[in-house]
Amino acid sequence: MYDVVVIGGGPAGITASIYAKRRKLSVLVISKKETSLFKAEKIENYYGFPQGISGEELYNNGIKQAENLSIDIVEDEVVALSSNEFNEKNFENKADEKIFEIETVNSHYQAKAVILATGSNRLLPNIKGIQEFEGKGISYCAICDAFFYKGKDVAVLGSGNYAIHEMQELKPIVNSVTILTNGDKIVENRDVDISKDEKVQVIEKKVKEFRGDSKIQEVEFEDETKKDIQGVFVAIATASSNDLARKIGARIEHGHIVTDENMETTVKGLFACGDCTGGLLQISKAVYEGTLAGLAVLR
Amino acid sequence: MSVITLNNENFEQEVLQSRTPVIIDFWASWCGPCRMMAPVIDEIGESMGASIKVGKVNVDENQDLAEKYEVMSIPTFVIIKDGKETARTIGVQPKEEILKLI
Repeated sequence: MYDVVVIGGGPAGITASIYAKRRKLSVLVISKKETSLFKAEKIENYYGFPQGISGEELYNNGIKQAENLSIDIVEDEVVALSSNEFNEKNFENKADEKIFEIETVNSHYQAKAVILATGSNRLLPNIKGIQEFEGKGISYCAICDAFFYKGKDVAVLGSGNYAIHEMQELKPIVNSVTILTNGDKIVENRDVDISKDEKVQVIEKKVKEFRGDSKIQEVEFEDETKKDIQGVFVAIATASSNDLARKIGARIEHGHIVTDENMETTVKGLFACGDCTGGLLQISKAVYEGTLAGLAVLR
Repeated sequence: MSVITLNNENFEQEVLQSRTPVIIDFWASWCGPCRMMAPVIDEIGESMGASIKVGKVNVDENQDLAEKYEVMSIPTFVIIKDGKETARTIGVQPKEEILKLI
């Protein structure tokens, strides 16, 4: 078990890991090697680079710097985050020590504290009904809401490993799961073979609209075909800090994770820093917040 | 006032016939966000005195109540006044946001 697992290897995550490591904590950084930095061809407003620096180079430098400090780094994708507080036994009798469980595509890890630094979440696709039916068939948490869809036909909106994970949460409870990739190709997941599964269907057509009266009843595709569904679980791309934070019960306001002055979320031991907390989407701000989180974690 | 555990037996009397507004917390033990909201709801129950009633419905044990109120996502908080729903909200939020609904 690690003292701290940092999810995200950009400026916020790496800075947090460096400060935590300096405090003699054992630290693991899980990074998907996907960052908004890659979009920055040349960064000219960050301190200390008179010729500017490309986002990719800055990112790679950060990873190298952490490796030089003997911080463990793995390239993987986190699909679920939970803590031992949630199992039934500990719900009544508080656990002695809080342990976070971090599930990735390839492995799973345990930590006493977690720092979320995966950047800002992507915008929701522009599908009609997705906001209108939130809580009326649109859900962002399979593990929370699967219960209400016992024996029903549901869909997962997404095409990556996160969508596959949500499908697996739902499958034992619901009648069928349709993965709606909304025009994308479904990810190749070496552990899960969907093609042989009678309960699971993949539709790679573009989605036009979710429809219903008081609740969702059907999905319409851009080619005007339709399918009956009673619930849609949104799991687009990679599980973002927001997705992970929401499921573990951290408060989110206006699409950003709420933290205190030390970057701790409303869940004890869970920190968030960088773009996922809102405010300026700047490297300097991510580094500052990473510093705060790295200094405050497990203090 | 302390928080009441609601079920089919006491729902009519404690909620539908209540003279004060009632906040119902639909929750389950396996739901992380519900777990995080539990102390918030307890605090509302304790701090609001007799002006409001706070009740919890465990959806595992009371599926029919959850269905009756069309709960499809938890935690869901429903405000009942004079036996009728007047507001609802879903998910983790501060105490003030829930109190605003009353």
